[in-house]
Amino acid sequence: MILIWIVFIPVIGGLLARLSGGLGRSAPAWVSLGTLTIAFSLTAGLFAGAGESAEGRWLAEVKLPWISQLGVSFHLAMDGLSLALVALTFFLGACAVVSSWTEVRERSGLFQLNLMLTIAGITGAFLAMDLFLFYFFWELMLIPMFILIALWGHENRRYASIKFFIFTQAGSLLMLVAILVLFFIHGRATGEYTFSYEALLSTPMGYTAEFLLMLAFFAAFAVKLPVFPFHTWLPEAHTEAPTAGSVILAGLLLKTGGYGLIRFVVPLFPEASFDFAPYAFALAVIGIIYGAVLAFGQRDIKRLVAYTSVSHMGFVLLGVYAWNELALQGVLVQMVCHGVSTGALFMIAGALQERLHTRDISEMGGLWTGAPKMGAAALVFALASLGLPGLGNFIGEFLVFLGVFTVSPEAAILAAAGLVLSAIYSLWIIQRVFHGPQKTGITDFGRREMAAFVPMIAVIVWLGLFPQPLLDLFGQTLRTLNVTASVPVEAGSGVEKLDAGSAVYRISLTARE
Amino acid sequence: MYELLWLVPALPFAGFLILALIGRVPSARAAAAVGALSVGLSAALTLYIGYEYLVSPPEGGAFTQSLWQWISAGGLQVTAALRLDALSLLMAVVVTSVGFLIHLYSMRYMAGDDGLRRFFAYMNLFTASMLVLVLSDNLLFLYVGWEGVGLCSYLLIGFWYKERYNGYAARKAFIVTRVGDTLFAIGILVLFTGLGTMNIQELMTRATAEWAGSGLPTLAAALLLGGALGKSAQLPLQTWLPDAMAGPTPVSAFIHAATMVTAGVYLIARTHALFDLAPEVMSVVAVIGAATLLLASFSALVQKDIKRVLAYSTISQIGYMFLALGVGAPQAAMFHFMTHAFFKALLFLGAGAVILAMHHEQDMTKMGGLRKEMPFVFWTFLAGAASLSALPFVTAGYFSKDLILSLVWQSSFGAVLWVCGVAGAFLTALYTFRMVFLTFFGEGRKKTVEGPGVKMGLPLLALAALSIAGGFVETPEFFGGMGLFSNFLSPVFPLLQHAQEEPGWVLYAGAGAPVAGLAAAWLFYGRRKAVDAVEQPLGALRGFWFSGWGFDSAYDFIFVRPFLWLTSALRGEPVDRPFRWVEKLSGSLNTLFVRTQTGKVRWYATGITIGAVLALSAVLL
Repeated sequence: MILIWIVFIPVIGGLLARLSGGLGRSAPAWVSLGTLTIAFSLTAGLFAGAGESAEGRWLAEVKLPWISQLGVSFHLAMDGLSLALVALTFFLGACAVVSSWTEVRERSGLFQLNLMLTIAGITGAFLAMDLFLFYFFWELMLIPMFILIALWGHENRRYASIKFFIFTQAGSLLMLVAILVLFFIHGRATGEYTFSYEALLSTPMGYTAEFLLMLAFFAAFAVKLPVFPFHTWLPEAHTEAPTAGSVILAGLLLKTGGYGLIRFVVPLFPEASFDFAPYAFALAVIGIIYGAVLAFGQRDIKRLVAYTSVSHMGFVLLGVYAWNELALQGVLVQMVCHGVSTGALFMIAGALQERLHTRDISEMGGLWTGAPKMGAAALVFALASLGLPGLGNFIGEFLVFLGVFTVSPEAAILAAAGLVLSAIYSLWIIQRVFHGPQKTGITDFGRREMAAFVPMIAVIVWLGLFPQPLLDLFGQTLRTLNVTASVPVEAGSGVEKLDAGSAVYRISLTARE
Repeated sequence: MYELLWLVPALPFAGFLILALIGRVPSARAAAAVGALSVGLSAALTLYIGYEYLVSPPEGGAFTQSLWQWISAGGLQVTAALRLDALSLLMAVVVTSVGFLIHLYSMRYMAGDDGLRRFFAYMNLFTASMLVLVLSDNLLFLYVGWEGVGLCSYLLIGFWYKERYNGYAARKAFIVTRVGDTLFAIGILVLFTGLGTMNIQELMTRATAEWAGSGLPTLAAALLLGGALGKSAQLPLQTWLPDAMAGPTPVSAFIHAATMVTAGVYLIARTHALFDLAPEVMSVVAVIGAATLLLASFSALVQKDIKRVLAYSTISQIGYMFLALGVGAPQAAMFHFMTHAFFKALLFLGAGAVILAMHHEQDMTKMGGLRKEMPFVFWTFLAGAASLSALPFVTAGYFSKDLILSLVWQSSFGAVLWVCGVAGAFLTALYTFRMVFLTFFGEGRKKTVEGPGVKMGLPLLALAALSIAGGFVETPEFFGGMGLFSNFLSPVFPLLQHAQEEPGWVLYAGAGAPVAGLAAAWLFYGRRKAVDAVEQPLGALRGFWFSGWGFDSAYDFIFVRPFLWLTSALRGEPVDRPFRWVEKLSGSLNTLFVRTQTGKVRWYATGITIGAVLALSAVLL
């Protein structure tokens, strides 16, 4: 039952926030913040209890009949992967609400409603174990986000919102078709027509069908993640969205793409995914380098941060297709830490825009003098973005590197160029905005902003120094995902292992037999 | 007592946390006191642990302290753990002691600066990171310190952030070393994938047992070498260090002379068992060392900025350390590291005193005659200069450099490298005393302010004493044959074998080259000639050396400009263009179809007829 609450509390909170719009301008924000705090506490409670219920596959589960004639059920379930991402959702959601406290002046009740609906959709997508239900939530997060950009966005918001909608919708429709085809294939083969994820996992099908269906699912998640060359909606949408929208987009919406790859694409279509892996590696490496190069070239600070996401999400794609424990652990840590650090960078960009009324970095400079707290926060997250050890993002990237290196040393080495490029653009942000001769005065972060940034910094440092709780949580899930343990090479086999190179790569197929 | 080891890095880190997190420190003095005290306590504790180590050494000469389980996933087990052995103890003693002296000096040097709290916070964070680097028992935790010192170096070079050039120098330092760090990281991947552990001792044992005879040690050692070249500013990644002088002078003394830049030397010494398996890489290390020490010496010869002379000199002296590592003499490299930390820190601090007295003037051609105005600084600086020049028998620098030269002579292809080393020794004395004569001799050109005071004087005095006397722990056969230093390190590095008797002229050359350099410096610069007149005959070479052999412009041409071109070419997002075509296509189709809706029945009738005919014929045919 708790899962139903987790999904519906944001919806209820959003409606209450809408109703409280008449009570004053910050009333809706208070309602949202309260709601998210409750939802986060519930999730934290599940996390605290995660150790005891380690036996079964799910930490919590609820399954109610919904449209029985079509084999659709209301099936929510949570394992370590979804728990981590749901906790991230509520945490970042709360930070986003705090960051847009004063930014949204008009119709703030409606704004909060859309924000909370997006969050509910994301939460539902992380929990749904029925493909029909999953698609429902997948669409649910799209429409309120579209409205957020289109109504509260910046100058070019109409173009950006429509582009965002069409790109994601094109991918989603391909996935819808694939879900239906999978439904019928499974039904014909077994006589049981169902959308249940667990049932569909063992669908017998021909290789061509598997490959095509895999591509269709991949398309939907590749647009969301985003994967080069389907990323071009992202800089527009991130730039034009209001601060809270950018935080949710970069911090959470992109993660649904990574989640989908881990939860659906590889487990549903393992053989096709195995064959597709080299192409995924290539796209990931291109994305890592391309995103980083473009980030450096931008003058608009939000666009700059947006392109860094393209680069960082390349590591997620790389890690997923390596499909071993190290890489997948790295992917999860990377997703959580990127959510926090990029969310924070967008919040800083939003704070700059609110104060200076520009996003052009050539009009900034020397802001450290006036705003040392903001500068210090920006420095921490820029360092997180360049993968400084001691901060969480390093753990994620390094585990991905290790996992990928055992599978494809070439891909790992090429992706390592991202380490140099990320240093170039991250330090460039600090230089252009906070260092150099002072160009304008600025007010520093107040208490409200520090209240959001201090926990975010704490999370990043905590995950950098003590990532083990998160790794343990996800470790339980990995055992159910049929991941090959990337065996530490014991004495004697060292040389062969490295010489064997990519031949070592193998997705476990035990579940299908 | 050893259980307190964790406090050695924790104390400076606590100092950093206090300075960074407490919003308002009562006063700038209090902030400086916190900064210096945390390092001072750490230094006292390290010395006490060192005393314990000498009196009652731990079992096997090493003590390991696990702090916490850091990462445990998918076969990777990494514990944050510290390891105290002779090598890490030596490094820790030098880092904390020299660090404390420099912190003390900074209290006076940086007094009155707006960012004093920030300065000491960064300095403390640096000290903590450097201690993690040298004390870590595994490569990944070492990498935390490795990147941490790089970060602090970046932050402190760009400490005066309002100047654009400082920011440029800071970014250059970080990015150039990041290139090396990335190679190092790939090296860690190779080592872990191949050997299945991160623990350094375990890695060395397994590499020796499993990798002998394969190409993997060469690959792994070459990648680690890449990291070492970046951090230690050796060819071809040396270009960042001269620009790093943009930072405050105590930073140059601490980070860019005494400690961080020698991290590469430490890394190779730490993993020398792996390098022993890769003789090709060892030769590369030696050749790079020899080439770097010569190139940097020539560049130091024509600089005008006193700090840039010292920067090139640092590159050159680390070249000696690499030379020693390359010929398989890590203990000689560590000996030179120690004496270099003393005399180079001293020279930077002395230069800082001069710069402060000259109202932040760094151009030596505008100085002169300071010998009479600042006698204390002059005499201590002279001690450092003598030690750097390796003037025979009375300086620490002589004993460490002589040890390197005699070991190079004995190595397999030593003659060429030895000639480079001796030539370097001559050049070192020449540029060092050029600096001394230009700064302290001749006529005064500018009025100075007050002298250094106690907080700056004490570190100068202590370091001067160490620069002179610090070498007597390890002396050659003909000079008492002390072996304290190499005996101390013998649990880590096997004792040196003096295989063959060196001919007498090797000794004379080693002792004579610095004296000749001093004489040449006196000849050219001692008699108050204008620098330009002396160096004019060098012609174009002078500019070439001055610019560091044109590396900067070459890299600018090969890397920076193409990258900038690429970023500006891609700025408009060419990948988006096909999607825009789709947009345009649907737009024009829309206009096309809008035209068909004319409202004229005749047109519609024609359309229906044509359509019907086409449909019918499609069915019938």
